[in-house]
Amino acid sequence: MTFVLCGVVSVSHYLVVGAVLFTCGVVCMALKRNALGVLMGIELVLNGANVNFVAFGSEYLAGDSRSVLGLDGEVMALFVILLAAAEAAVALAITLNFYNNHATVDVDRADDLHG
Amino acid sequence: MNHEAFGLLANLFAFLDWHEFFFLLFAGVACVAAVMVVLSDNVVRMALHLVLSLGATSGLFFLAGAEFVGAMQLMIYVGGTLVLLVFGVMLTAQTQLVALRTPAGDRVIAGILAAALLAVLVQAAFSIESWQKSGQGVATAPTATPLGMALVGVRVDQVAEENLVRPKSGYLLPFEIVSVHLLVVLIGAAYLARAKRRRVPRSVDLVASADSTKPRSSVAASSTLVAGGPK
Repeated sequence: MTFVLCGVVSVSHYLVVGAVLFTCGVVCMALKRNALGVLMGIELVLNGANVNFVAFGSEYLAGDSRSVLGLDGEVMALFVILLAAAEAAVALAITLNFYNNHATVDVDRADDLHG
Repeated sequence: MNHEAFGLLANLFAFLDWHEFFFLLFAGVACVAAVMVVLSDNVVRMALHLVLSLGATSGLFFLAGAEFVGAMQLMIYVGGTLVLLVFGVMLTAQTQLVALRTPAGDRVIAGILAAALLAVLVQAAFSIESWQKSGQGVATAPTATPLGMALVGVRVDQVAEENLVRPKSGYLLPFEIVSVHLLVVLIGAAYLARAKRRRVPRSVDLVASADSTKPRSSVAASSTLVAGGPK
């Protein structure tokens, strides 16, 4: 209970949220058989990293101002969002191509290069 | 009676820490929706839960004082990337592909590994002393202008600290690299996902299907006729 009601939110709470998002994303990437599910897992992982960047960059959350990333954290979060958008576009194009050629989005069936 | 209840309610509202309340709300929605993304088999439901999770995360960004990043999260992620994903779901939505089930054994192993990973990460999050100190809660200046200036190479936020030995550099070069990268990616994605012409059957297929089925053989004959016609 002290964990929940300890007054003002600190960086550690944001890190816990980021850890949950990251773990869910990793499990989603490893477990889903649908290629689009794997893509959603990647989005979750990048989002968890973004939460950490913003938490470390926030002057509002930090206890002492010496350990704050400041604006760098937010710029990194912006770059991560942009690269995630680019990654989603290319990965979706590859998935649609695979669907056109094989009539499925099951990643277990993508074994054309299997020796 | 009514006044007493109203007073009680007002006391409760004054007692509540709204920052913490909204943090718990957004964090809970983000985490529960992320878990639901993992647990649900239906890809349409997964997309819906992902929208919830990313939207709640943008609320967390707003609470941390990064309002520009939160707005970009809503516009690019929820408005752009997820619409792209939903289009992918719609384009590949066949009944046998909507719910591809994972074997139960894999789920159990993944659950154990996820619990271990989460335990390590949470332990790491609470391991540093200065991360646990709660903030003073001072209102910070809007970050949109310093962010924009940093992206074109000028660090406005560093001007106040003149005693820095070496001022931090801006982000002009990464900004340019990312912009060219986005252009390349969009052209590449359009090239990869373009509509292709129908593939002409290969010669092996022609020989194999020459006398098996009537329609295939007529197509094969016409294609060989077309291929050998002009010469």
